Amino acid sequence: MTEHRPVLAVIGAGPAGLAGALAAAARGVRVVLIDSATEAGGQFYRQPAKGLGARRPQALHHQWRTWERLRAGLDTHLAAGRITHLSDRHVWCVERKSSGFSVHALIGPEQEESVAVRADGVLLATGGYEKVLPFSGWTLPGVVTAGGAQALLKGGLVLPGRTAVVAGTGPLLLPVATGLAAAGAQVVALVESAGPRDFTRRARTWAGAPAKLAEGAVCAAQLLRQRVSVMTRHVVVEAHGTERLEAVTVAALDSEGRPAPGTQRRIACDTLAVGHGLLPHTDLAEGLGCRLDGPSVRVDDEQRTDVPGVWAAGEATGIGGSALSLAEGHIAGRSAAARLTDTVPDPREWAPAARARTRLRSFFAALDAAYAARPVRWTEQVTDETVVCRCEEVTAGAVREAVGALGAGDLRTVKLLTRAGMGWCQGRMCEPGVAGVAGCTLTPARRLLARPVPLGVLAAPADPTAPQ
Amino acid sequence: MNPLKLTRARPGAPFTVTFDGREIEALPGQTIAAALWASGVTAWRTTRGEGRARGVFCGIGVCFDCLVTVDGRPGQRACLVAAVPGADVRTQVGTGHEGAGHEGTGHDD
Ligand SMILES: Cc1cc2nc3c(=O)[nH]c(=O)nc-3n(C[C@H](O)[C@H](O)[C@H](O)COP(=O)(O)OP(=O)(O)OC[C@H]3O[C@@H](n4cnc5c(N)ncnc54)[C@H](O)[C@@H]3O)c2cc1C
Ligand code: FES
Repeated sequence: MTEHRPVLAVIGAGPAGLAGALAAAARGVRVVLIDSATEAGGQFYRQPAKGLGARRPQALHHQWRTWERLRAGLDTHLAAGRITHLSDRHVWCVERKSSGFSVHALIGPEQEESVAVRADGVLLATGGYEKVLPFSGWTLPGVVTAGGAQALLKGGLVLPGRTAVVAGTGPLLLPVATGLAAAGAQVVALVESAGPRDFTRRARTWAGAPAKLAEGAVCAAQLLRQRVSVMTRHVVVEAHGTERLEAVTVAALDSEGRPAPGTQRRIACDTLAVGHGLLPHTDLAEGLGCRLDGPSVRVDDEQRTDVPGVWAAGEATGIGGSALSLAEGHIAGRSAAARLTDTVPDPREWAPAARARTRLRSFFAALDAAYAARPVRWTEQVTDETVVCRCEEVTAGAVREAVGALGAGDLRTVKLLTRAGMGWCQGRMCEPGVAGVAGCTLTPARRLLARPVPLGVLAAPADPTAPQ
Repeated sequence: MNPLKLTRARPGAPFTVTFDGREIEALPGQTIAAALWASGVTAWRTTRGEGRARGVFCGIGVCFDCLVTVDGRPGQRACLVAAVPGADVRTQVGTGHEGAGHEGTGHDD
């Protein structure tokens, strides 16, 4: 008979979830690490599939040493039975019980069967996904999200296309452009809507986060070496092609954030990797009734949500990169280990991680402000014919009609009138675009289920089991 | 340079899957989306309304744009499903269930 050890379910095996799992497991908690991917690593440390036999996967990565440390820690705890890793499990619901939680997950990519895991506490480390704002031609095959291009490259070792344009805004565009170029794609342009002056003006702020800056500088130097033309204060106004992408039109922005007349240029390419920042994955938190701050899960200094027994860390609590995710995960794991064993945690034990968290949060707030310094009037560029909801094929014209002639005043009414956001992705892709075109504020969608669930599974949910 | 060379990959033996009846080479571990992209296929579904071509978009299982029919089962996300030898991959038209009743997938509203 072994003593009863509390069980922490960690959902997400990216930097935040791994740091949390390691911290908790090292302090006497049994951890069940649940992730939809086949391999641990999340988005930042996405691993090439085993069968590809990559002997130097680090060629596509930053901060590989950190990954090696995480991987070694995970292996040790797995071998000792302190962590159980359930890969290929898509959590669709976390249920609060009178004692603890049931975590329900669909198995494998087919997702037709569900399993349930019992836990005393839950750490949500579900990361984020990419935001893409609509423009003419964005549904053409060959247009992918910047992160998606990175995922194909890091996970499948394939290049999405030969001639690529990387466009949009935000810090993710740099590693994506350098990654594609290093792997042999011809990156013909990096098109960023922010302007260089918005960054140089804040020089003093950047001094606080040298590692992150260095990473950006390395990327920028590589782009120069590879002769990638970097166009700042430019946007892609249209993607061209009939069956697939053939070219894009880019334009310089004027001081108002509109494409300046006479600056349009057509660039031939077969891939457009596009992104306008990231959004946190909050469905599980919302299902549990956790309070949100804007689009992110609200947490306290210990990374606790306002639902007892539920912690959150990493990009689910706000977009800020892998180093911040690691620090938050570490704090969450330590706090959870203490609280689940009825000890009062001592924040002095994680003071270095807390300092890193403070520094990185303010760094990313400054970065966000720099990227957003001069707005882009993108909604004016969205023609009535442009599809804004990809799943339901709802056009901007239909959304405008719902707002204008039919008087819809909020996102929910727009959705009911047009079906925008009612398709497979449940609005994850179109919400920011539809809200922008409609001129409504972006309110969290409150999805009860984090994944589409077969009706059979809903009718007969699995009984929870404690980890073996 | 290509990604396999860059990472000094020694993949297991390549195998074939069929895409709309024609043979396509895949490497072990690759998703169907990765295998199709690697052989130059970028579209494997047409939309319900306008019949427009679509393929991979988000690459991580969020957008559902990459739906494809595998071994007769429609609605599979090509960016998540691993390619296996002999898989019969087909362009998905609409929901892939046209005329075969509803999808059996629960949405919350
Ligand atoms: C597609 C994409 C690519 C990116 N690539 C880079 C990059 O190359 N460089 C860079 O600096 N930053 C990149 N980022 C930013 C990246 O999100 C962060 O830097 C970092 O990975 C965040 O760590 P995290 O632990 O919070 O989340 P993540 O690393 O995103 O990990 C979250 C994990 O949770 C899993 N998950 C989510 N929901 C569920 C669920 N319901 N059930 C089961 N598992 C679930 C996911 O599969 C994932 O493995 C990328 C982001 C995205 C969306
Ligand atoms: S590409 Fe978005 S779900 Fe597969």
